[in-house]
Amino acid sequence: MKHTIRQVFHSGKFIFGFSILVAILLVVIIYPLVIPDPPLAIIAQGTFFEPGIYVNVYDTMTAPKYILNLEGAAAKRIASRLSKDDRTAMRDWLVASGIPEDEIDIDDTALLLDLWETHFDPKVNIPGMTNAKRNYYIRLNTSLDGLLATEGAILAVKNAETGALEEKGVIEQSQYVNASKVANVRLLPLGTDNFGRDVLTELVAAARVSLQIGFIAGTIATLIGLTLGLLAGYIGGLVDDLIMFFTNLFTVIPGLVLLILISFSIGQEKRGATTIAVVIGFTSWYWTTRAVRAQVISLRNRDHVNLSKLSGHSIVHIILNDILPYIASYVVMAMILQISSAILAEASLSILGLGPRTTEVPTLGLMMNWAMIYYAHTLGKWWAYIPVLVTIALITFSMNLMNTGLDQVFNPALRD
Amino acid sequence: MAERKVCLSGTGLTKIYGFGRTRTLAVDHVDFSFYEGEVVSIVGESGSGKTTLAKMLLGLTSTTEGDIYFQGQKRDISTQKKRLEYWRNIQAIFQDPFSSYNIFNKIDAVLLDCINMRGGRQFPYSKKVEMMTQACSFVNLKFEELTNKYPFELSGGQMQRLMIARVFLLMPKILIADEPTSMIDACSRATILDMLMQLRDEIGMTIIFITHDLGLAYYVSDSVYIMEHGKFVESGSADEVILRPKQAYTKRLINDVPKIYEEWDLSTV
Amino acid sequence: MPTTLLEVRELTTRYITRFGESVYAVDHVSLKVEEGKSLGIAGESGCGKSTLALSLMGYYFAPLHYMSGQIIIDGRNISGMDPDDVRKSVLGKEIAYIPQAAMNALNPTQKVINFIEDVIRVHDYGATKQQIYERARTLFERVGLPESVLHKYPVELSGGMKQRTVIAISVLLSPKVLIADEPSSALDVTSQKMVIKMIKQLLHDGLVGSLIFITHELPLLYNVTDDIMVMYAGQIVEKATAREAVFDPLHPYSKGLMGSIIVPEEGLREVKLTAIPGVPPNLKKPPLGCRFAERCKYVQPECIVNAVGLRNLEGGRAYRCIFSEAELREAYKNG
Repeated sequence: MKHTIRQVFHSGKFIFGFSILVAILLVVIIYPLVIPDPPLAIIAQGTFFEPGIYVNVYDTMTAPKYILNLEGAAAKRIASRLSKDDRTAMRDWLVASGIPEDEIDIDDTALLLDLWETHFDPKVNIPGMTNAKRNYYIRLNTSLDGLLATEGAILAVKNAETGALEEKGVIEQSQYVNASKVANVRLLPLGTDNFGRDVLTELVAAARVSLQIGFIAGTIATLIGLTLGLLAGYIGGLVDDLIMFFTNLFTVIPGLVLLILISFSIGQEKRGATTIAVVIGFTSWYWTTRAVRAQVISLRNRDHVNLSKLSGHSIVHIILNDILPYIASYVVMAMILQISSAILAEASLSILGLGPRTTEVPTLGLMMNWAMIYYAHTLGKWWAYIPVLVTIALITFSMNLMNTGLDQVFNPALRD
Repeated sequence: MAERKVCLSGTGLTKIYGFGRTRTLAVDHVDFSFYEGEVVSIVGESGSGKTTLAKMLLGLTSTTEGDIYFQGQKRDISTQKKRLEYWRNIQAIFQDPFSSYNIFNKIDAVLLDCINMRGGRQFPYSKKVEMMTQACSFVNLKFEELTNKYPFELSGGQMQRLMIARVFLLMPKILIADEPTSMIDACSRATILDMLMQLRDEIGMTIIFITHDLGLAYYVSDSVYIMEHGKFVESGSADEVILRPKQAYTKRLINDVPKIYEEWDLSTV
Repeated sequence: MPTTLLEVRELTTRYITRFGESVYAVDHVSLKVEEGKSLGIAGESGCGKSTLALSLMGYYFAPLHYMSGQIIIDGRNISGMDPDDVRKSVLGKEIAYIPQAAMNALNPTQKVINFIEDVIRVHDYGATKQQIYERARTLFERVGLPESVLHKYPVELSGGMKQRTVIAISVLLSPKVLIADEPSSALDVTSQKMVIKMIKQLLHDGLVGSLIFITHELPLLYNVTDDIMVMYAGQIVEKATAREAVFDPLHPYSKGLMGSIIVPEEGLREVKLTAIPGVPPNLKKPPLGCRFAERCKYVQPECIVNAVGLRNLEGGRAYRCIFSEAELREAYKNG
């Protein structure tokens, strides 16, 4: 046993896969302790906020301010408000209204703005311009107000009695606040989803639930498969025929279809995470059964089994002592595969909307589902689905890697 | 021959595997009588059905046709209890010492199983140790050196000898030895054979060797049965069958074994 | 003066396990085989005879490593050569090696003739299909294999037939030395006889220059080879002609080995088989003195302390023991 463990951890692939899995497990366990926010809490008004650091603007007004003179601060400011596309659009308008092209340099902001201010007239009709484009130019023109201004902005507060605006303070262009001194700052490394939930917190909770489902389903499937496989393989005869009949039934019926049907018939109300796990477990055992049965059939004619019989041991004793330990390593590998495939099965179900109820906990599949039905992929909101994909991939990858690593240990012929 | 009792005999013993087109006749209506204290060899090439016959004699494989008689009575192994009773009288040693052991159990388990089978489950541990030590010393092994070891810590010869110690503990009337020395070094072969002979001398055990090695059969047996395609083609005393074979198959078999005292005629193939 | 086709001097090779330990499998082995002669190597499992066969080819790959010594084939020293060079110029042409269960080398998805084409093309890629077929057919005829075998798939052939086919293919390039490692042990007695007959014929007809036959079955060696070398724990313990080795062995181990031969011949039932207690030593830490000392009936204190070299007698006979020939014979007489 010790030797086996030594061998197992000698396998590079196993260690790699194992570390990934352990890392995921640690994150899933520790994250909720550090950030105890409920994963399904809607924190954003609006959909698909991009990942970033969200700083409360109101609090920055009252936070201590510091003057920093950084080079290129003004240029950055202008560039963020006047994108390349906008400049190109301005040039197009100017050219269309008669200004020779070689006089326009879109990188020279001051010149461009100068030309624009002199010549732009919303009433001028440029042939071939759509209404939308015309509105765009009007909006652009308005937004250019004060682009090159160097004065600060004025903070004014409404006087409660007179209703008039009273100047409270000035925000200079060279003033900075220390983000850690601002009262309300929220880091959203993965932005928000369509409902306005913090994707990262949601993801961690979803990973936890999916792993739970995977483990429960995988364990159920392996236990059923092991028992049936042992009985069918060792006893043979009629018992074998019966069990194989059932197994073949389940093999032939497409697993996903079966899952969909059962899931649908359970109904939305009863579909919790555990229920789904049990359903998946009870529909995916057939593979393990066949594999175990094949192993047991090859084992039951071995000399040590015959000698056990000759020593008067009962069938149960022989199965538990002479057969089971010999297939244990195989069963461990089968279990790893069942767990990873259960996680994928749940994800498939959830994408179709037949997974666990959406009101309590998210699952990885559910997150994918939401991302899909709210068109995250067409809108380019990658943070709503790519991290989920990566997580699913990492979990399954790590488990399969562990499986391959174990493969090498238990089958010496595969060792390099 | 003096009045010898028949220990194990069979009439029309047959084993058929499969149905229809895949029907194979492994053992074909075989008759035999083995006497108490006799050493018998069943010799055949691979595929001759000798292993299947052995398994049938042991009760590990069912018979399709025919009857087996143990000590004159028809054998009945329909219930587990009856099987246990039968196995108190007939045991086996197999070819590969490495696969005869459960690699997850310590070797003590093998011997303790035998003590339990003889009804010694309730014996105090000290008595069990005494019995195991005695069994081990019969095969020139020291129990205190082997106790609590796993099978892979022993050598092939030691493992096979421990199998014999197991037989010593059980004292069956019949022992079926399936190629017991083919995976043992030549130098250790004599030891194994000597021990088996000693068992026969001490308790009058009938030994049935299953082998393909004509030399072994000749050296060790009183009677030899030659098996081909599930049938006994020739049988008789060892001298008769090996030195004065009558059937063509037997003659060919003997001719094909390399000789050192006589000329080995290679032209017959 | 017959040419020496293979000469090995003090060859030492070892295995390095994945945990870094060294197993000294072949220890300063020297031998000579002349043209038209055959040498048998006898010994039990673990004595190093199969490792010796691999080492003789000069084709080393991990975990087997060459340490020291020389291998000279027909005057050409191949020891320490790069494995790729060995594969291109030595294997098949100078030395042919038939491992145990060689019949498994046949590709189950190819007909025999296609397999032969592959083999010949490696060494002579100009040969046409016609030429190759002709060569194969002639060879098969010479060794008594039917031409129909060439058109069959391996699964259609019996074990004995497959083994003979592989042996025939391995001598296509007329190697100077044929090394056969247990060529017949997986077969039934009749097929075994056919394989042995074929190998003897190959040597007799000159299709191979010389033969090295490795097995643990002594009656086979007696009938096939001219000389016999007995190996124990990686070393040669006796070298003699076949007759001498089987009927008049000198080394205590050889004596024990020969005394455990069982053949179905008259008079064998009365003979007491000898048994040697104990097991061979662990080659990770070979004993300093005589490696057989702990199992030897005639062991003396000096045996354990000092390393024992080969004693050479006239006629090419040799054995590894501290006792002289006379002393040994005296000891054997007294039992």
